[in-house]
Amino acid sequence: MGKLKYALFTGCTAKQSTPEQMMSTMAVAEKLDIELVELTEASCCGASHLQDYDDFLSLVLNARNIAYAEKHELTMVTICNTCQLNTAMTKHRLDNSADLKARVNEKLGEIGLEYKGTSKITHFLYAIIDDFGLDKLKEMVVTPLSQFNIAPFYGCHNIRPSELQNETHDTPENSYNPTSLDDLIIACGGMTVDYEEKNKCCGFHAELQAPKVSAILTGNAIAGAMDGNADWIVTPCPLCHLKLDTQTGHASEAIGREVSLPVLHMQQMIGLALGCPPETLGMKHHITKVDFV
Amino acid sequence: MSTTTINTQKVNFNVFRFNADEDYLPYYENYSMDVTSEEVVLDILNRIKWDHDGSFSYRRSCRHGICGTCAIKVNGRVTLACKESMTDMIEVFGNELTIEPLSKKRAIKDLIIDKADFWEKHEQVTPYLDTEIDETPTAENIVTPAQAETLDEADLCIQCGACHYACPVVEISDEFMGPAAFAAAYRFEADIRDGNESRLTDVNKMGSGVWDCVKCFECADACPKEINPIEKIGKLHNMLFQSGKAESNIATRHAVGFERSIKRNGVLDEGSLVLYSELAGIVKHVPVALKMFSKGKIVPPWGIIKSDNLDEIQKLVKSSSTAKF
Repeated sequence: MGKLKYALFTGCTAKQSTPEQMMSTMAVAEKLDIELVELTEASCCGASHLQDYDDFLSLVLNARNIAYAEKHELTMVTICNTCQLNTAMTKHRLDNSADLKARVNEKLGEIGLEYKGTSKITHFLYAIIDDFGLDKLKEMVVTPLSQFNIAPFYGCHNIRPSELQNETHDTPENSYNPTSLDDLIIACGGMTVDYEEKNKCCGFHAELQAPKVSAILTGNAIAGAMDGNADWIVTPCPLCHLKLDTQTGHASEAIGREVSLPVLHMQQMIGLALGCPPETLGMKHHITKVDFV
Repeated sequence: MSTTTINTQKVNFNVFRFNADEDYLPYYENYSMDVTSEEVVLDILNRIKWDHDGSFSYRRSCRHGICGTCAIKVNGRVTLACKESMTDMIEVFGNELTIEPLSKKRAIKDLIIDKADFWEKHEQVTPYLDTEIDETPTAENIVTPAQAETLDEADLCIQCGACHYACPVVEISDEFMGPAAFAAAYRFEADIRDGNESRLTDVNKMGSGVWDCVKCFECADACPKEINPIEKIGKLHNMLFQSGKAESNIATRHAVGFERSIKRNGVLDEGSLVLYSELAGIVKHVPVALKMFSKGKIVPPWGIIKSDNLDEIQKLVKSSSTAKF
């Protein structure tokens, strides 16, 4: 296997509210000798909200982002479940409708770009599983996380809609019984916690317009992990991370029970197992204290 | 002539049992059975009733995936019992299967639930063609194939309730109308013959309407007819903005705020988005925001790293916009 190289779509959160996610992504990529070419031209994916306002515009902007990955002749790697959903969904829709693709390319033509459909789009989690390989990762683990019960929190947009996940990735995931993040935990030497909320919604996307509903979902998720005797939660999605890490106050109030657990980004967990110094993984940027490193 | 081998496997079923007239709490009964690769989930329900316990209750009717009566949950997954192959279930979940009603809190007798909330919400969206009928028409009321296409298969709904009871918001909010009702609203909004004036704005109202959707896509995976209700929810939003009827509220400003931010920065300015969406309501976010700021999680507007080639993005926003606010 030659050196893995991807076009990195960071998304907006990694550059703003989850700086630790950006830091740990780069630290882990370096350890694994994966080259990431950052798509600095990329715009916001629309986060499923621009899609509510103006669907066509969101397709055009996401197609532009993909066109830049295509220019590099690289697979696009995302580090946010919602970026993954909206980018892969754009690709799915354009690749399945010549008419839509033509209409989008007419707009992209105005700025000298073209969407061809030649780049794959994958989340970093699946890139590690499908391309790097968990067996190889396991061999590189220097600090097995064997003393920890780790609760996987998958995040909706990596696993649903199933049809999109299955056509986008080499490892098809069943949204009712996902295994990728469990497999990653095991490869890092940890013990996985099985709990009902692991493949459920964190409530992020309704936080402003339906705060109570959103906070109950957050609370239920953390409570489920706590009841499963988890030491901490790990997630591949920075938006889930924001909810589970920063909103424990509202979540506790909403479900009438004090809930709080450290929440790590998937990259931070891998980084710990690979022996990255904790300061390179940005643990100090968490609201819920990461008290075990 | 080809032959098909019928494989048999031992499966352990934990089955939800409850009688609202007699039981204080539900309990689970265990049935261990040899299951063949030919069987569907409904065959198992029948065998429990016929071979083990005649009092076991569930709904069934057509056995062809069209009446929508037999929807239940297997290991938390909503499924039409008559359509779901046991082989697939075992492949996904293994040989320990838990059979439950669509909604445990609405159980009346075993797998039978009170679906009143589903029908009440359905009713709220005026789920029928609402139009002035010319009683003495002089020509046919033609719907072209292209116009029929815009329904996007929303008319295939069999009202089984799978998406409704898979929805985490329905589970915790009595007000939320739910994905099936919204898909029905879209089905009639998209129909060229419909003349209802208020449905679109009604379903887009804050609090009970479409904006409480958490975008989890549970409904998309749940629907046995692949109607993709969340896609219809998105289309109801789009129709609202295209019609120019969108009121300014936190949900609409939140959606529009992405376009504003992208125009300005290419990327999202998270802080400004929350401020623009909330307006004065921003005060309730201050305690968490201060904590986040102290941990380096908030970048001020002047610190946002804009996308390279921002002029391209701005040009595309200008040329490709289809909505109004």
